[in-house]
Amino acid sequence: MAMAEQPLIACHECDLLQREPHLPQGGVARCRRCGATLFHSHPQSTERALACTLGALLLFLVANVFPIVSLKLSGDVVQATLLGAAQVMYRDDMRLVAGLVLATTFAAPLAQMLAMTYLLLPACFRRRPPHAELVFRTMTLVQPWGMVEVFVLGILVSLVKLAHLAIVVPGIALWSFAGVMMLMAATAAAFDPRDLWTRLGPPR
Amino acid sequence: MKGPPSAARQGLATCHGCGLLARAGHGHAIRCPRCGTPLHGRKPESIARTWAFILAAAILYIPANLLPIMETSSLFGSQKDTIMSGVVYLWRSGSWHLALVVFIASILVPMAKLLALVVLVVSVQLRSRWQPVQRTQLYRLVELVGRWSMLDVYVVTLLVALVQLDALATIRPGAGALAFGAVVVLTMFAAMSFDPRLIWDSMEKDDA
Repeated sequence: MAMAEQPLIACHECDLLQREPHLPQGGVARCRRCGATLFHSHPQSTERALACTLGALLLFLVANVFPIVSLKLSGDVVQATLLGAAQVMYRDDMRLVAGLVLATTFAAPLAQMLAMTYLLLPACFRRRPPHAELVFRTMTLVQPWGMVEVFVLGILVSLVKLAHLAIVVPGIALWSFAGVMMLMAATAAAFDPRDLWTRLGPPR
Repeated sequence: MKGPPSAARQGLATCHGCGLLARAGHGHAIRCPRCGTPLHGRKPESIARTWAFILAAAILYIPANLLPIMETSSLFGSQKDTIMSGVVYLWRSGSWHLALVVFIASILVPMAKLLALVVLVVSVQLRSRWQPVQRTQLYRLVELVGRWSMLDVYVVTLLVALVQLDALATIRPGAGALAFGAVVVLTMFAAMSFDPRLIWDSMEKDDA
């Protein structure tokens, strides 16, 4: 593959072929025809993305162990965790909805964080883990289906709807999910697939 | 005047997995040399697939709004809630800002998303040269905003899990929740199947 001194790049949204601009650190390259973000350069993007992913993974664990909300009513306390809520939906003959909730708030975010860790941790040491291509491809496929941020808004709406019925106590998992949401957004902002592939090196 | 070069004209394709620019081939056998994603100059059968998902979503949009998404039974009898009645309830109970959020996420966004996708597909089919930058931005917005419609599915799930106070009140999910979840998933698939590069292809064909 013979490339000129400044390599070519095609916009992923309008397919315009253009020369890659020189970017200062922290800069963003945009397509000169349609304005789509072509790539950005962050200093140490791989390390940053890894740090945020590990933090998100830890909080995700907490978010799934502790209750999201507790409802207190005349001595009774009802608590709900994410997995418990999906289980109730499953029992109420809403298996597809339970599956959809599990896939978008549990399976997809978890798969994405694990795949990120799998790729970024060795990349920090300039190593290439086995099946890196497959893991990367699965990650890009799964990514649009993780909806932790929508779930957090859903929790808030539920809290308001329940407030008239009983005493509502927000649980640890609510704050943890909010943390997961922010750390996953920070991961996405820092993550630079170009840097990742440079660090992973050529296939073995 | 000759139009600006697109990668496809030069026989190149961008890998939509990792962004590498690679030489495109014919058929499905060509894979990205870096990450192994199958390479296509354009998304395969983009228009037909997008139409199929739009139609399916539009059909399910009707039961999603008419059927109850949950059923509350309490000492004072039972009550069926559709998406709209949930918004009305939030509005009446004084949380107008949340009512607005739910209205936008559950009613406005799915409808606007379907309309926007129809506009995009039809404009591509007519080889329209009208406002390509704005149409690309519209597509970006559709992709960004679609996921927020899942809001009501999560609210129903949490309410059903929490309100199991046998004698006092119980909430059970309704069939509308299933239809609504399906609409969200189908519109997401529709947005994923649409290829925004088709907007720009019609710009170039006229130039050539």
